Amino acid sequence: MSPVVTLDDLHTDIALRKGTVYPVGGVSLTVGKGESLGIVGESGCGKTMTALSVIRLLPPGGRVARGSITLGDTDLATLDEAGMRKIRGNRIGMIFQDPMTSLNPCMTIGDQVSETVLLHRDVTRAQARERAAEVLDLVGLPRAKERLDSYPHLLSGGMRQRVVIAMALACEPELLIADEPTTALDATIQKQILELIDDLRGRLGMAVILVTHDLGVIAGYTDRVAVMYAGKIVETSSTRELFANPRHPYTEALFRALPENVDADRRLYAIPGLPPDLSNPPQGCRFAARCAYATEECRDQEPELTGDGHPFACFHPLGAKEQATPNPHTPLAVAEETAPLLVVRNLVRTFPVTSNGVLQRKIGAVSAVADVSFTVHTGETFGLVGESGCGKSTIGRLLVAADTPTSGSVTFDGTQISGKSHHELRKRRRDFQLMFQDPYASLDPRMRVRSILREPLAIQHRGSAVEQEKAIAKLLDEVGLPGAALDKYPHEFSGGQRQRIGLARALALRPKLIVADEPVSALDVSVQAQILNLMRDLQREHQLTYVFISHDLSVVRYLSTTIGVMYLGKLVEIGPAEQVYTSPAHPYTQGLIDTIPLADPEREQRKDNAGVRGELPSAMNPPSGCRFRTRCPLATEKCAAEEPPMRQFSHQGHQAACHYPLQQPDVTESTNRTNPGSRAAPQS
Amino acid sequence: MTAIPADDAALADSPHVRGPKGRGTVARTVSAFVESKLAVVGLGIVVAFIVFCYVGPLVYHTDQVHIDLSQATLPPSGAHPLGTNEVGYDQLGRLMVGGQSSLEVGVAAALLATVFGTLWGAIAGYAGGFIDSAMMRIVDALLAVPALFLLLFLASIARPTIGLLILVIAFISWLGPARLVRGQALTLRTRDYVTSVRLMGGGPLRAILRHIAPNTIGTVVVNATFQVADAILIVAALSFLGLGIPPPAANWGDMLSNGINYTYDGYWWLIYPPGLAIVLVVVAFNLIGDALRDSFEVRLQKR
Repeated sequence: MSPVVTLDDLHTDIALRKGTVYPVGGVSLTVGKGESLGIVGESGCGKTMTALSVIRLLPPGGRVARGSITLGDTDLATLDEAGMRKIRGNRIGMIFQDPMTSLNPCMTIGDQVSETVLLHRDVTRAQARERAAEVLDLVGLPRAKERLDSYPHLLSGGMRQRVVIAMALACEPELLIADEPTTALDATIQKQILELIDDLRGRLGMAVILVTHDLGVIAGYTDRVAVMYAGKIVETSSTRELFANPRHPYTEALFRALPENVDADRRLYAIPGLPPDLSNPPQGCRFAARCAYATEECRDQEPELTGDGHPFACFHPLGAKEQATPNPHTPLAVAEETAPLLVVRNLVRTFPVTSNGVLQRKIGAVSAVADVSFTVHTGETFGLVGESGCGKSTIGRLLVAADTPTSGSVTFDGTQISGKSHHELRKRRRDFQLMFQDPYASLDPRMRVRSILREPLAIQHRGSAVEQEKAIAKLLDEVGLPGAALDKYPHEFSGGQRQRIGLARALALRPKLIVADEPVSALDVSVQAQILNLMRDLQREHQLTYVFISHDLSVVRYLSTTIGVMYLGKLVEIGPAEQVYTSPAHPYTQGLIDTIPLADPEREQRKDNAGVRGELPSAMNPPSGCRFRTRCPLATEKCAAEEPPMRQFSHQGHQAACHYPLQQPDVTESTNRTNPGSRAAPQS
Repeated sequence: MTAIPADDAALADSPHVRGPKGRGTVARTVSAFVESKLAVVGLGIVVAFIVFCYVGPLVYHTDQVHIDLSQATLPPSGAHPLGTNEVGYDQLGRLMVGGQSSLEVGVAAALLATVFGTLWGAIAGYAGGFIDSAMMRIVDALLAVPALFLLLFLASIARPTIGLLILVIAFISWLGPARLVRGQALTLRTRDYVTSVRLMGGGPLRAILRHIAPNTIGTVVVNATFQVADAILIVAALSFLGLGIPPPAANWGDMLSNGINYTYDGYWWLIYPPGLAIVLVVVAFNLIGDALRDSFEVRLQKR
């Protein structure tokens, strides 16, 4: 395999107003023709900057300081800007993370794709347009020729990302750089896009650099991996070899932080601390401060990246087959037969859609939540999972009475909380709190941590000023932040620390129920593990009940006792976590499980099931009958005509709504009927 | 004519006066403010003018009440460093006294307009829906009335005093901050931290006063300093049209407008000093406004 691109000892600097950051500190790699190289690491490790250095699109103040980037026989590191323009989009194609912002909303997709061709090829407009139709067809845009004149807003996220890929491929580049190409997309769409890139790589013989934080993506779609930490490559080898036999402690730590490999009763392994500040890189091995195996030697000297075939940079590598000690046990929350804490009955929420005119004429309704019922018992964790747009966040808001249901009821601890006025609920609110997704938007940037944590106590008139002060100190200690944090502002913390503050605020009133809406989806795996462990510990200490909302089934499986799967406003399956995860009854649940990228190349590359095809239909005109039928491989006439009822699949309350379930329904259901949506049995 | 409290209130509100002994926010804001050289220059100019206008007359005694035509339009000399005007008042002394009313009206009107406008906008933006529409239509309606026309009308039916001028100028200038803050409040109300106040059981008052209003402060403070400059110019404009505070009270605008009558007589000392004073104060407040915007942005401050 001849190398398409070779990086040799690449150093990149970014000059800021105050000091210089060194995001890439000596990276060497090669990618061969038709080969796919994955770059993986936590955020802030220089993965993206490495990719941007290759195409020389560094942020203001950025420059390639040292080293070479050889594409064919051109050195890109020293090429002038005019020469670089001939390379970009022509010999190197680039796909960015967010398809919403990488397309120009004022240009038709046909023009945007043909623009690249016009820039680099000596063709007429008509020829360029023809080429655009050709590549759009290649990336799987249905009816590509007719869609040339549509604008980006008419396309869904997945389709837009296909257009972005088409732009990158229009000139048949030798190298395709994909920087987190699927992070902004749903799991079902992610799988489709990754498969498309993989398929095109084979057909066009391109080299691909895939930058991602997701080890599952690496496992399924790359031939070789480079693990980056703090601007350096710490380990690189073939994908299979790396996953079977990681040598660097950082690689191992990344694997162990994944919730999918951990039994529900064991703690997740969390890498302590944060990646170092790259404006002042530490002496010695850069990982030493967070490494469990570090010695004096590591702190003094920097290990070289050495070894044939599977080089790594570590003085104390992990042995060939010496597997890490299993993660320590964590007792599960006590799951005795307890009283129901939260009862949701026939919950419906529709949002009216109005015209833009002065009269605000009602022109339709979005059915966000349609007839959902379930029960959550004290001390359990109810996981709600589904694609974005399935209504899970709307349910979260309804549960904490942040929104009023169109019909149906939410009963908390024996009293109905839905449809009550703010005033009536004032006192009750201390018992249920919401934890937010975005750690940057959920804390007031102008308040110190002290005021942020005191606010709930002040609102509910809890104790005197001195008592409040004590309570705040205790809260901070419980979520593992130092006392000095009290006088700081939110922007002085990292994402994970902010999420701890958010958790402390939710806990301040000692609630019985915490509804956590995607609390870890904005965080890195290592930090995600810290937060999940913390949530578990706090649950045990305070007998908390969680409703955990997430799009990530492996996280939900790890944390929850009961899982509810939602699709387009409907609850399609519910049951004990292990049962739902290992033997799903609904085809959608099975599809969701299939789309999770597993951090195991053997299993991931063997996986041949399609996952879930197509895209989520509009909630304005949901399909008749079973809402999933438009994407279901098993759908028949009956599914369109008749809405499937919830049926029992086990005595532990495993239920699903499907006419053609993947397993036989429990025939004794009529005699042995438990409360619909009832709790999971205690798990051992 | 001592309405100094108005100035005191205005300055106590701006953190730089409290000095670095206030810890945390204040100290940081001050240090960020001081980093901007231009802002310090602006602040210096304003302080110099305050000293000039309020301490000056105590040191430099002049008669600003009795007309003395024998002393009219004298050029600058030892007895009258800036000469005298057309009715024999000492020009330097008049500049001091006139500055008092200009600064008072400017600062007080800007403060009043900003506080009222901010609250109006924050309430409208937070409440949304019908209340928002109703409140903002009132603002739109008032914006449609030409300010100068309103001022002329008011000046012709009432005899202007400093208090009335402050009220009138505040009345026409609160619309700007109200619209600005309402726009920001619309986006702030959907932030998670505002939602969380509701989920803790807190009412709208807390959300508006503790979260929405403080988060608009960057825009509001900058706007307020521009309003000070605007108010001084409006007073000047009104006086120029002969509708300002009636003599013998003085203000810079008045002095300028009188001086213009003698443009062709070469009495430059009647025109340049008040004109320069207006320009300097307006520029100084604008400089302060720019620096405050940067220093109030907590996120941009160094750790």
